Amino acid sequence: MSASTLTMTYRDAVREALREAMQRDERVFLMGEDVGRYGGAYACSKGLLEEFGEDRIRDTPLSESGFTGAGIGAALGGMRPIVEVMTVNFALLALDQIVNNAATIRHMSGGQFSVPVVIRMATGAGRQLAAQHSHSLENWFAHVPGIRVVAPATVADARGMLWTAIEDPDPVIIFEHATLYNEVGEVPGEGNTEVDIDRAAIRREGGDATIITYSGSLQKSLDAAEALSGEGIDCEVIDLRTLRPLDDATIIASVAKTHRAVIVDEGWRSGSLAGEISARITEQAFYDLDAPVARVCSAEVPIPYPRHLEMAATPQVETVVAAVKGVMRR
Amino acid sequence: MPALGADMDWGIVIEWLKQPGDVLSRGDIVAVVETQKGAIEIEVFEDGVLEEIKVEPGRKVPVGEVLALIRGAGEAAAEPDVVPPPPEEPKPVTAPVTTAAPAIPVQEGLRISPAARREAERRGIDPAAVAAGPDGIIGLREIESAAPAPPRAAGPKGLDLDEMRKAIAAAMARSKREIPHYYVSRTIDVSLLMDWLATENARRPVEARLLYAAPLLKAAARALTKSPQLNGRFEEGVFRPSGAVHIGAATAIRGGGLIAPAIHDADTLGLDQLMDKLRDLVARVRGGRLRSSEMMDPTVTLSNLGEDTADAMYPVIYPPQVAIIGCGAIVERPWVVDGKVVPRNLMTVSVAGDHRVSDGRMAAQFLNRFDRLLQTPEAL
Repeated sequence: MSASTLTMTYRDAVREALREAMQRDERVFLMGEDVGRYGGAYACSKGLLEEFGEDRIRDTPLSESGFTGAGIGAALGGMRPIVEVMTVNFALLALDQIVNNAATIRHMSGGQFSVPVVIRMATGAGRQLAAQHSHSLENWFAHVPGIRVVAPATVADARGMLWTAIEDPDPVIIFEHATLYNEVGEVPGEGNTEVDIDRAAIRREGGDATIITYSGSLQKSLDAAEALSGEGIDCEVIDLRTLRPLDDATIIASVAKTHRAVIVDEGWRSGSLAGEISARITEQAFYDLDAPVARVCSAEVPIPYPRHLEMAATPQVETVVAAVKGVMRR
Repeated sequence: MPALGADMDWGIVIEWLKQPGDVLSRGDIVAVVETQKGAIEIEVFEDGVLEEIKVEPGRKVPVGEVLALIRGAGEAAAEPDVVPPPPEEPKPVTAPVTTAAPAIPVQEGLRISPAARREAERRGIDPAAVAAGPDGIIGLREIESAAPAPPRAAGPKGLDLDEMRKAIAAAMARSKREIPHYYVSRTIDVSLLMDWLATENARRPVEARLLYAAPLLKAAARALTKSPQLNGRFEEGVFRPSGAVHIGAATAIRGGGLIAPAIHDADTLGLDQLMDKLRDLVARVRGGRLRSSEMMDPTVTLSNLGEDTADAMYPVIYPPQVAIIGCGAIVERPWVVDGKVVPRNLMTVSVAGDHRVSDGRMAAQFLNRFDRLLQTPEAL
């Protein structure tokens, strides 16, 4: 009804999205480690157990392969499960279920079965959680045909993407960057929260260089663009939103306009999503380029625990600024 | 900046082909300069070491400006200019970005971005004539700040036909303003020459065949050695005859305009050498890449209209030269030989002379010698 906006945290937006999904569709249920009594590792499901009961907010044993597989089975059986995995590092234990089952069953059944599961997980560094809880492995999942991978970088997308993902008849993985949960932002009022999960979004318009990023690096990129505008460099910032399938059209149109591209990706450089995007730009916009495509990625080390080393290992505003100046030859 | 022609008053250094410290020998091409007549390669006339480049690529400088310093063999190094070093650029505080291109040794050829190359094409700019940025790269910025692109007459690479037309206009106006021209002409029977050429070419491979321009040049050059008043320069009120015969071979450019670069010492070259020089010149004229000596050195010009053109021409002297020879097309006409009217191949050759230096009689004597030489083509 109301088109007015609400201000909330990313965490609250995820919780509101979960609550709405549970209310709208009784086939929806949430399961994962500590999602019930504890309220979720990042407190996204706090209060939902009391509201929806143990059947729909289910604490699971510490077995990512087991409960992810159970979620896939439930989806095959007609439910709309939301599986929460604490962090992408732990999701490696569920890779077999995700890659060998969720991603393949529609194909292997000749379209007879679909797997409408949504798997949420935290990703990324920045909270001093050391090398087993801080990696950005979105690209491992974005590599796999048969699943859709999304990365809400704004509070509004955190609020809106979940329902769109649930409606998708195929598996969707939602990556929530661990540094975003406390971010405050605006979401549209009740009834206007839905968003697409197909298109990248231009978060800032500019004509000199395109910064292509997603998730936890979006705000750093916007801050870099702001700093650069003070030096007369006018950056366009693209939030990918969906990592698979990539929205080539938005990327290529922007690079054709600005002639320069910097990709900010918290994943490691080698074999990164940034590498894939760079290749697509070269394939589709080579003659528009005025400088080699630049990448700002994480250092190729396990993400360190000490704060200063963790920062040094991951993209920061300063490194994005320097990379943009590089492609501007300034 | 050398004057590469009578009316050149500025030039733009496009690129340096030698760098400070390089050892230079007379005749080396050190730089390429853009002029109204296209890109010209600048040669050095002394041996030495390139000490300092004074004019960076891209700067338009007047004729006479020092482009570079060359230290002659045995000369002491110049005192370094006492200039305080420029303040150091403040180093950015950020860590070096690993995305920056690693230091790659200087590469051959243009380092130009794809977007810049496309934009240059769109604007009709020759990227080779655009000064690179301080990083050695030609990007959109360099193309966009290169000469704005007014609609230009389409011409060969490196040539701006509008500029060339201006240069021709200035030189020809000066010529007609300052030089009291006289004209003499003679119709020459070139049947023997053409027969000899046909026989000669029949036994040569296609690529070694001679055009009749080569014997014309050779005969003119040899005849000119006996006509010093037609071969030299008139500068600052004084005529200086030239010992050597450097014939400017007028060469038309597709799209309009012409240049007459020198064929040095044409009187001493064999016909095959002359032919090679002609072929090379034409290719380089059309490519817009001539050498400074070719632009500066002609002592006389020969303009050959060629087949199917006009019977005769009345050419205009290119200052500071004092004569120009114009050859009309070869045509078959009735001609009297030994009291009989017979068809012969005829060419009308005109000489325009500078009356301050010579008289029509001298030009007529030249034509007479030229005629005789053409009657024994095998002796050329």
